[in-house]
Amino acid sequence: MSATTAMEVNVEARRILAVSISKLYASRTQRGGLRLHRSLLLSMVMRSARDIYHSSRETEGQTSEEPMETSSSPVEQTVLPEPQPEPQPALNSVEPPTEEPDSEGEEEEGCDSEITEDKENMSPTKQSRKRRGKASAAPDFLPSKRARLEPGEERYAAPMGSCRAGAGDSLSALSLNRVIPAF
Amino acid sequence: MEEESDTRKINNSFLRDHNYATEADIISTVEFNSSGELLATGDKGGRVVVFQREQESKSQPQRRGEYNVYSTFQSHEPEFDYLKSLEIEEKINKIKWLPQQNAAYFLLSTNDKTVKLWKISERDKRPEGYNLKDDDGRIRDPSTITSLRVPVLQPMDLMVEATSRRVFSNAHTYHINSISVNSDLQTYISTDDLRVNLWNLEITDRSFNIVDIKPANMEELTEVITSAEFHPQQCHTFAYSSSKGSIRLCDMREAALCDKHCKYFEEPEDPSTRSFFSEIISSISDVKFSHNGRYLMTRDYLTVKVWDLQMENKPLETYQVHDYLRGKLCSLYENDCIFDKFECVWNGSDSVIMTGSYNNFFRMFDRNTKRDVTLEASRENSKPRAILKPRKVCVGGKRRKDEISVDSLDFSKKILHTTWHPHENIIAVAATNNLYIFQDKVN
Repeated sequence: MSATTAMEVNVEARRILAVSISKLYASRTQRGGLRLHRSLLLSMVMRSARDIYHSSRETEGQTSEEPMETSSSPVEQTVLPEPQPEPQPALNSVEPPTEEPDSEGEEEEGCDSEITEDKENMSPTKQSRKRRGKASAAPDFLPSKRARLEPGEERYAAPMGSCRAGAGDSLSALSLNRVIPAF
Repeated sequence: MEEESDTRKINNSFLRDHNYATEADIISTVEFNSSGELLATGDKGGRVVVFQREQESKSQPQRRGEYNVYSTFQSHEPEFDYLKSLEIEEKINKIKWLPQQNAAYFLLSTNDKTVKLWKISERDKRPEGYNLKDDDGRIRDPSTITSLRVPVLQPMDLMVEATSRRVFSNAHTYHINSISVNSDLQTYISTDDLRVNLWNLEITDRSFNIVDIKPANMEELTEVITSAEFHPQQCHTFAYSSSKGSIRLCDMREAALCDKHCKYFEEPEDPSTRSFFSEIISSISDVKFSHNGRYLMTRDYLTVKVWDLQMENKPLETYQVHDYLRGKLCSLYENDCIFDKFECVWNGSDSVIMTGSYNNFFRMFDRNTKRDVTLEASRENSKPRAILKPRKVCVGGKRRKDEISVDSLDFSKKILHTTWHPHENIIAVAATNNLYIFQDKVN
């Protein structure tokens, strides 16, 4: 694959990921509740887009790092206004793509590393590292455990290692397996 | 096939002249009954409208039985599931008629969660001459009653009333996508994303789960059920389609739980056409047995396939509905059109199949001559009684005068629901909030 084609595929994959994420969010407020079939198809598209994105990133190497950082902000914006109706997920493991666990059939990682880093900072209820099943989910009416910021303070990005909840143990806020246990 | 158009506009909104469609009026299902005398439509607002064919009159042979409104009733209301904090839509997903066994008509209608059996009956007589009340219903003054009389049935203006006879509820966790009446006329199945339930028409508090594809761990979910139908003659056989593009045929005599299929129909994917959206476009949106019970038809996003029940590894015939959309899947994904669920339908003799498309186009494929035609359901382009002109989509290069280019197609005008009269060449096509009924030309 030439560098330009890989770049195009990369851009395309990222765009599809962004569109898919916004669709997943929009489907929460849809009348009639979440549609399982639609959510499943969305997650499949997101998975393919993510896989292609990561594999094209590998072929491109590190030169594409910078453009991706800047363009991840539109994705951030679609992710920011997220309400908190669902049980809290564990954070997505923020590993480099080459080390991604081979868990295709088992878990749903709907977003790539940049998105999860941002999500971690923007949402107060997502800090728990525990894996939350359906029964053990903390109800969302309980107050958040995250420290309230004084004016002038800033949150610092958590270092990559600390987000890891264990191999094969990560859930994404946007992923299907949070959506589905809600049924 | 030549067509003559006879348009019915069903729009309860007083803004009808402004071509403004209220969402509640969007037709969500259409179905002829087994004799073709009645045509039912369900809409997003939970209403059912039943049309009846006029008796053909010898004095006006050109006016072959037209369909007029026979009954309108509210089948489902919006509900709220308090446990899950979810609203349950009143939209009618499917209507299925029961074959007629007496003077009344029966149909099953379903929304996302509840199936209802409705009885539609005529009343043309009423009792008159009560003793304690007069004919208006007012109580008579007892002092004025001097003699007894026996009430007599007197003719009255025909009244068609719909009564709810059974309500089958609380059996589905997920959204019901289809219902199918068994040929034994005693049972039916209702299908949601993960389960198929068998009901007896007389019993509402119990149903049997016969297919359950819910994985122990929902994170491992890879496939959902998209539609299920009973075989038209074999009361023990039914088929269900999946979001992965496969169909399973099950025999209820084998086991109580039909998780093990007896036939599995799937065509291997063509690796050259693989894209981000391959899974979505291979998801089957409708499955229909042929009337003779020998074939199955499936509809996925771009094609219609006819399967021989004896051949599982590939379809007998594949028809391209709108292959020119293959290059536009990304934008169709963005505007959500790629999730549209088109239905497909057989004609009475299983020689022609029909399905809808965008821009209010619908397509018919003749299985014998291998010819196909694209027609349009729109008031602007066809006057009543005019013969429908075949349409053509230009896929590139020079566009001819009557052709329409792919980029000019209106994707908000989609024909998802169609039905074909069981014996004659009469079709009903739902275009958003309008219902079109087309008949063969009378020579």
